Amino acid sequence: MKRVLFLAPIALFVVVLVVFFVGLRRDPSALPSALIDKPVPAFILPPLRPEDSRGFAATDLGGEPMLVNVYASWCGPCKLEHPMLMRLKREGVIIHGVDWKDTREAGYGFLAERGDPFVRVGSDQSGRTGIDLGVAGAPETFVIDKAGKVRYRHIGAISIEDWEQKIGPLLQRLRAES
Amino acid sequence: MSRLLLIAASAAALAGAAHAVEPDEVMADPALEARAHALSREMRCVVCQNQSIDDSDAALAKDMRIILRERIAAGDTDEEAEGFLVARYGSFVQLKPPLRPDTLALWFGPLVVLVAGGIGAAIYMRGRAPGKAAPLSAGEEAELADLMETDRSSSDRAG
Repeated sequence: MKRVLFLAPIALFVVVLVVFFVGLRRDPSALPSALIDKPVPAFILPPLRPEDSRGFAATDLGGEPMLVNVYASWCGPCKLEHPMLMRLKREGVIIHGVDWKDTREAGYGFLAERGDPFVRVGSDQSGRTGIDLGVAGAPETFVIDKAGKVRYRHIGAISIEDWEQKIGPLLQRLRAES
Repeated sequence: MSRLLLIAASAAALAGAAHAVEPDEVMADPALEARAHALSREMRCVVCQNQSIDDSDAALAKDMRIILRERIAAGDTDEEAEGFLVARYGSFVQLKPPLRPDTLALWFGPLVVLVAGGIGAAIYMRGRAPGKAAPLSAGEEAELADLMETDRSSSDRAG
C-alpha cells in the first residue's frame, strides 16, 4: 500500500507528461470540418474567368474524387501553395477553385499571372459560400468523394508532405471506392 | 481636478461598451440588436480563436455578426441563429460548449480529479493517524502492576 502511494505521483507525472507531449504538438488551428461525411451545402457561384459562361456550383461535385481549393489574391500562403496546385493539375487531379472574399479582377489576375490549376472556378465576393463551407481562412482545401461528400478539410497551404502523406493517399483510396 | 475625474469616468464608461461592432451593422430595432449582441458574445471567432465575434475585428467575424443579425431579422430564434453557424463551423464556434457525450470529459473531468484527489487525501490521512496499540502481554501486565505499586507506596511515604 505504501509503495502504491509512493509511486502514484510518479505515475501521475508520466501521464501528464504524455498528455502535454501529445497535446502541445497538436496544431490548435487544425479543426475538422463540420461537413465531414456530409454533402456540400448547395451553392452557385458566378464565373471568375471572363471566358466562362458559368462559374462553379455544388452540382459540379462528385462523380470522381476531387479537390476544392479556397484561395484569394490577397492571401500570401495561397501564392506559396500555387505551384503545388499546378503540379497536381499536371498529374491529372481534378481541382475546382473558389475565389473567396476577393474582387473578380484581382482573383482572375492571380490566375492569369501565375497559371490556372482549376477545372471550374467561382467568384465568392461576399464570402458567403466560404462560410457555408465552414472556411476560416485561405487557403483551405476540401477533398470531395465520388458521392460529392466532404471527406477531408486541409487548412493552410498544401505542402509536399501534406500531399504525399495525407491528401494523395486519401484520393487514391477514394478512387478505389465504388 | 473635477474635469480630470470626468474624463476618467467617461473613458471608463466607453471602455465598458467597447466591442468591434461597426455602426453599419447595428440593427434598427434595439430589442433585436440586444439579442444579436448577446448572441454574438457567445460565438467564437474562428480567426482569432480566443475572442468572441463581438470582440473581434477580423473580417470573417464581421461577416458572422451580419449573418446573425440577418437570421434574427428573418425571424430566427436565438437557437436557430446560433445553429446556423454551428452547422457550418461545428461546436467550436460556441464559447460555452454544450453538454454532449464528447464533451463529458470537459464538463466533469475537473470533478473526477477533485474526487480522486479527495480519496487519495483520505487514504493518506488515515495512514498517518496513530493506530491502536496492541494489548499488553501477561508479563508486561505484571510489570506494569509492579511499577504502579512501587509508585503508590513511595508517594504514600512522602505524603
